[in-house]
Amino acid sequence: MIYFTIILISIMLLCGIIAAISKDLLFAVIAAGMASFITAILFVFLQAPDVAMAEASIGAALVTALFVLALKKTKRSE
Amino acid sequence: MVYYIGAFGLIIIGLYVLMVKRNLIKMIIGISLINTGLNLFLISVGFIKLGTAPIFSKPGLNPKIMVDPLPQAMVLTAIVISVATLAMALALAIRLYEHHGTLDMGKIKDQKW
Amino acid sequence: MKKIIAILFLLVLSYGIYLSINSIPFGVSKTKVGNYYNLNGVKDTGANNIVTAVVLNYRGFDTLGEVTVLFLAVLGFSTILFTMKKKKSDNMPTPPSLILSIGCKFLFPFVLLFGIYIFIHGHLSPGGGFQGGAVIASAFLLFYLVKPSEKSSKKSFQLIESLSGMAFIVIGILGLVFGNYFLSNFLPKGIAGKLISAGIIPLIYIFIGIKVGSELTGIIDRLMGKNNEKQVK
Repeated sequence: MIYFTIILISIMLLCGIIAAISKDLLFAVIAAGMASFITAILFVFLQAPDVAMAEASIGAALVTALFVLALKKTKRSE
Repeated sequence: MVYYIGAFGLIIIGLYVLMVKRNLIKMIIGISLINTGLNLFLISVGFIKLGTAPIFSKPGLNPKIMVDPLPQAMVLTAIVISVATLAMALALAIRLYEHHGTLDMGKIKDQKW
Repeated sequence: MKKIIAILFLLVLSYGIYLSINSIPFGVSKTKVGNYYNLNGVKDTGANNIVTAVVLNYRGFDTLGEVTVLFLAVLGFSTILFTMKKKKSDNMPTPPSLILSIGCKFLFPFVLLFGIYIFIHGHLSPGGGFQGGAVIASAFLLFYLVKPSEKSSKKSFQLIESLSGMAFIVIGILGLVFGNYFLSNFLPKGIAGKLISAGIIPLIYIFIGIKVGSELTGIIDRLMGKNNEKQVK
């Protein structure tokens, strides 16, 4: 169990680093949404199902949709 | 302990984005990463080993080994506020792009409003 | 050069963070107030979900302020985007593919029903008004993906949102009249575990769910709203 948690956290940090250094903004937005979704899984491990539900529906779905809609109105490359 | 490292790792990545990048949308992505890391830190502070979720879904649960409900209630409201403030920041970025035709902070600063 | 300075600064900062989180033990009980909520929450409020009890009963005034912050942020968002210019590229949007349109039309009522289920059962199971409102907003996101040129009435969203926000305050003032203080639980608590129990908690959560759902839907509608103006013209 603890090894699985360590693997999940390293994937989350990797997604964060990809979101930080990527030149393509759409790629960065999707990577940030993935980090947010892995955080929702970690909330379930930490016995917080309420917060996990909110994070999965707001942080992973709605915020990503907002960023993609805003990228449609501006430009995609940095 | 692993959770603390993950949470502060996200916060430090977000701070790096805010310090180095000049693109407005990229900076808003950094703010959202800081938000996520801070929420993860608050929840992991309230965790108790071998604890159960603070919901009496079936009889016979021991309330003494439940995890702390107070950080969960605060993070729940913080997540909902963060989406509204992110939307407002994105609206400002869209208006700046319409006005100046660029998202680079260094180029926007030189022009007159 | 700038990157090297930033990385050096962050290394110093992370060493400081490492020193400070060493003094926070992981996995032990830290606060007494959390223990109190767990031991006496069901008896005090009648709600099975202690997180809901903290959000709406012990710290209900806090939640009222939070809903106000949400309302102000959405108001600022719509004010900033009030006079949007149209983009120069005036090509028509491509219609959605067959699989997307059929699938979204099929899923839309179920997702809406799931959101309503979440905020009605907020005091019994995980979930509540905030999560249910977000699920409803994602259902409307699917709906707008299928029909990007659908004309929506912004007036009705604002009306629903203001009415549910007012209902929250009216329930609080009724608590002042019938109970002792603002937002006091004046209805009977009932048997914990039944659907109709816990006094005013399910009522307030239903209003918060409607309010959050209409606010987030309004944000998505405003960001997608380029095609509406074209139809008017």
